[in-house]
Amino acid sequence: MPAVQETVDQVRLIDVDQYKYGFVTDVESEKAPKGLSEDTVRFISAKKNEPAWMLEWRLEAYRRWLTMREPNWARVEYPKIDYQDLYYYSAPKRNALASLDEVDPEILKTYEKLGIPLREQEMLAGVVRQDSEGNNLGERRVAVDAVFDSVSVATTFKEELKKAGVIFMPISEALREHPELVKKYLGTVVPVTDNYFATLNSAVFSDGSFVYVPPGVRCPMELSTYFRINEANTGQFERTLIIADKGAYVSYLEGCTAPMRDENQLHAAVVELVALEDAEIKYSTVQNWYPGDANGKGGIFNFVTKRGDCRGDRAKISWTQVETGSAITWKYPSCILRGDDSRGEFYSIAISNGRQQVDSGTKMIHLGKNTTSRIISKGIAAGRSNNTYRGLVSAHRKAKGARNFTNCDSLLIGDKCGAHTVPYIEAKNSSAVFEHEATTSKISDDMLFYCRQRGMSAEEATALVVNGFVKDVLQQLPMEFAVEAQKLISISLEGSVG
Amino acid sequence: MNAEVRKIKTAAELALVDAYAAAKPKLPGTGALKALREEAFKRFDAEGLPHRRVEEWKYTDLRALMRDLKPLAAAPDAKAKALAKNAGKLLASVESRKLVFVDGAFVAELSDLTPEAGLTITSMAQALAKGDALVTAHVGKVVATNDVAVALNTALMGDGAVIRIAAGASIARPIHLVFAATTPSSMFTRSLVVIEKGARAMLLESHEGASDYQVNAALEMVVGDDAHVDHVKIVSDGAAALHVSSLMASVGAHARFNDFSFTTGGAVVRSQLFLRFDGEGTVANIRGATLLKDRQHADITLVADHVAKGCQSREIFKSVLDGESRGVFQGKIIVRPKAQKTDGRMMTRALLLSETAEADNKPELEIFADDVQCGHGATAGALDEDLLFYLKARGIPAREAEALLIQAFIGEAVEGIEHAGLREVLMEAAVAWLKARG
Repeated sequence: MPAVQETVDQVRLIDVDQYKYGFVTDVESEKAPKGLSEDTVRFISAKKNEPAWMLEWRLEAYRRWLTMREPNWARVEYPKIDYQDLYYYSAPKRNALASLDEVDPEILKTYEKLGIPLREQEMLAGVVRQDSEGNNLGERRVAVDAVFDSVSVATTFKEELKKAGVIFMPISEALREHPELVKKYLGTVVPVTDNYFATLNSAVFSDGSFVYVPPGVRCPMELSTYFRINEANTGQFERTLIIADKGAYVSYLEGCTAPMRDENQLHAAVVELVALEDAEIKYSTVQNWYPGDANGKGGIFNFVTKRGDCRGDRAKISWTQVETGSAITWKYPSCILRGDDSRGEFYSIAISNGRQQVDSGTKMIHLGKNTTSRIISKGIAAGRSNNTYRGLVSAHRKAKGARNFTNCDSLLIGDKCGAHTVPYIEAKNSSAVFEHEATTSKISDDMLFYCRQRGMSAEEATALVVNGFVKDVLQQLPMEFAVEAQKLISISLEGSVG
Repeated sequence: MNAEVRKIKTAAELALVDAYAAAKPKLPGTGALKALREEAFKRFDAEGLPHRRVEEWKYTDLRALMRDLKPLAAAPDAKAKALAKNAGKLLASVESRKLVFVDGAFVAELSDLTPEAGLTITSMAQALAKGDALVTAHVGKVVATNDVAVALNTALMGDGAVIRIAAGASIARPIHLVFAATTPSSMFTRSLVVIEKGARAMLLESHEGASDYQVNAALEMVVGDDAHVDHVKIVSDGAAALHVSSLMASVGAHARFNDFSFTTGGAVVRSQLFLRFDGEGTVANIRGATLLKDRQHADITLVADHVAKGCQSREIFKSVLDGESRGVFQGKIIVRPKAQKTDGRMMTRALLLSETAEADNKPELEIFADDVQCGHGATAGALDEDLLFYLKARGIPAREAEALLIQAFIGEAVEGIEHAGLREVLMEAAVAWLKARG
């Protein structure tokens, strides 16, 4: 049981509130003046040399935002966010770079410390692909877009991707180089007016990734973006737009970390996915923002809007997420199943410890005929945390033959935490078949006893049971992430085992 | 987005304000009871009728569904009493003690008031007027809720039953509260049932009527330790009726509490159950069956709040939806930090018989204790083609095969009722409903 051993080792190594990625990188940065106004929006747009229509788009969003109220329906409590006390733009100086060599070595070091290869020759450690006969297929490569505070600092493998016709670049660059593509798709999945945080993001987003996979192309490597919030009092507002054209396939990974700071930091991202006919997008997240300390001081407020649109027939969108960080998580990656025979999937592990509050889930909106969706959600609550699954499955009048299967399980560790399930199931036509099941339990004494009887320690036994509990979801992650995610799970649960 | 900004009152809301002002001097009760009404009315006045932005009323927008307020029901005259004479006949085959309420008022001459040891029955209007000790001790206090429909009931409560079952008493016949509506009016009934330690009773409640009326019925139930209570509610209101009812029950230790809701009538039905399990080791079975057609709308909203440890609750709700009907089920199991070893299972299933029917399910779990086993399941779908095929292959006509499957579907919920006669009556009612479907 090497995986279990690894988990146990990790647990031993790390103390309860020692967040591994909590260091601060000392780089000079350039910021927009504190606060939010039309000037801030103009400043960001000007910084990015954006076309005029984009500035208008942002300003419209900003004006709309002013009329909106912060949503309060989620089971999360937090002090009022002072939107005027934040920096909306922060970029490391010297950011117009011709090559990776010009990137600030401090930043390179940061990503190195985080274990993220920005140099193309570097491979992810220890992962070697083999075919069924056990022959090496060469190292698995991942193209990385690294976002540091408000800007993208490096994107790797651009040339090679270009050969395949895949566009993978910071969205600010895409706005300049492929404005027609951005204009065509931006805001079509998550409209500017969608919700409070999405509207705020539309006004002030600074960077993020843009991916376009042309018809019939299978993206030759995994694409990934690593987000890092470094500056204090800075909100990070990134925007990701992924388009898989007819018959295309892309797998995209997202990782996030932030320094340990006493004050809370705001992260309000928007992710839009568009899958056209026969296309498939697989989107995986390992969210490991700083969760705050054991007393709930500090940590990231994570208010994220993620939505995928299966716009063509037989399109498929799959979300996989491992949520271990953030003081507050407010996130509902959704699928709009517009095309006939399209498919949406959502696999999630949400772990909360300390005083973390998680309110997360998904929405599956069935619009097309014979659409199917599957939701597997595993919530683990420990410490004094609250972990809520909130999900919507709906089939509209015309969604004949819609099918959904939902399974959400919660595990409670300790008697001071809470686990909640709030599913909404709306069937508006008779040929829709929906099944939903949810359970909440603690690790059964029988299981622990069984393991301990066979010579395992209490810690090992707990780790084994937890790993078994989340296995369904871990299997959906790309291999590199599965290992990382497994480690993260054990780290997050430290202090609650036994 | 701008959920709270709403100052303009609807016609129904304005009418309610007027109705309260006009009725206030005549409403029974003084002192603390009067203050209770006043406070409840203030809540309504501030919040208005519940609407879709109120999470608990998301699927039943009462503000939109209740266009107007029917005049408050007057005391029933001879004609009304005559009309109500046969009320409750659905349960005619079940030997019971009938207490009849016509247009929301207790009618002694239609009721069976034969004395029985351990059983005390009074009318709520009298009890309120007298400031009855039982009423002052419990009314409005059994389960605290912010619900506006309950507040409206408290503000305007007129009559109802006050029943006390003494400790250890075992009431032989089921007590049947018959609510009959004969005029297009609105009625606010409030009942209180106190079942003391170790007592045993069965309470039936049926709502019926023909015209276009509005019912807001509330029932508070205090179930003592070791008591055994069955409660069956039948909603067979008229096709144009608006029915809102709320059950608030607190259940003591080692009790048995069985509840069943059977709904076939009413244009808009909202049945709310607020249950709190205060004592250890109680076993509760909460079930329901709903059969809807045409444009009917029925919403069952259940909150099972586990406060004490080691309780077991089972919830099974089935709905059969035909025509353009809409069936809503919202069920929430709460497990408080001290309610360790809670065992809660909730199952809700909707069967859609037509293309245009709609089923909305929201089964919630809210859990603050770790050593629990809680789960819920929810399904929605049409009849299983394979099962239909199986039956048809054996020579059973399609319509009959459907009816058989639907009966089996409903049967799973109905069979949990402990009273055999009642089980039969409800299954017969389901069969009759299926026949009427054609």
